[in-house]
Amino acid sequence: MSEVTPRIAVLVFPGSNDDRDAAWALTALGADVRLVWHADQELPLVDAVVLPGGFSYGDYLRCGAIARFSPAMKAVTAFAGEGGLVLGICNGFQILCEAGLLPGVLRPNASLEFVCADVPVRVERADTPFTTRCEPGQELVIPVKHGEGCYHAPEDLGDDQVVFRYARGANPNGSERDIAGVVNADGHVLGLMPHPEHAVDPLLGPGDGALVLASLVDAARERLYARA
Amino acid sequence: MRATVLVRPKAGILDPQGEAVESSLRQLGFPVDEARVGRVIDLDVQATSAEEARGEIERMCERLLANPLIESYEIEVGE
Repeated sequence: MSEVTPRIAVLVFPGSNDDRDAAWALTALGADVRLVWHADQELPLVDAVVLPGGFSYGDYLRCGAIARFSPAMKAVTAFAGEGGLVLGICNGFQILCEAGLLPGVLRPNASLEFVCADVPVRVERADTPFTTRCEPGQELVIPVKHGEGCYHAPEDLGDDQVVFRYARGANPNGSERDIAGVVNADGHVLGLMPHPEHAVDPLLGPGDGALVLASLVDAARERLYARA
Repeated sequence: MRATVLVRPKAGILDPQGEAVESSLRQLGFPVDEARVGRVIDLDVQATSAEEARGEIERMCERLLANPLIESYEIEVGE
């Protein structure tokens, strides 16, 4: 019997530019992807939501600050409030922080330069819905490409919420405590600066991002079984 | 009613823009010990009194104009 196909929404904001890549990668890994326009008031029936990279609303004011108030984000906040799986990549991470769904905030890179590079990222927790296909301590190579990825953590952020860290000496943006990705306290909302959707097809470089997205597809499939 | 909001990076928050400006000013020979770069937002607000305008702008700052984790703000309400 073939596996059932979970549904994953990928949000599209004006200025998103990795939405199609995220949709392609998730589809390649077995998900049925629905693109959701930022002005939509409701999400379709889905098992997970992905906020893609890009420059939503031109990154005006602060990156993610305007996107958080879009109608679709209200629906995402309600979805997350019910324990729904939400993954924010790069600009998606920035939006989740501004929306208060994740702790902290992303600030301009310490170098003030845009960075575009494959970086080694250590998996600190392999027990989240986004990392079950990884080993604890495993080093993944995933590209980053951002101008504002310097993570500022609230003082009380526990290490148990840090899911990804840049490998020693490979912090591309000056993030505090080398943090590359954090999860909410309940463990079902994750944001990260590296782009797993750009590291899925080995033909194009490292394929480690597939471990992250395939973990999400697995978790979404479990949610689908649970609601079936 | 005209008003101006000044948004600044909080003390202790890394401000790479400020550091770049500071080092440029030094290179130009100016005696600068520190520069911090913030943001100015000029507003024209519908309000019948300065207090009312100030209250509205405070709510704007809390909701959108500043991120309280990293930024402080100051409101100047004009005549």
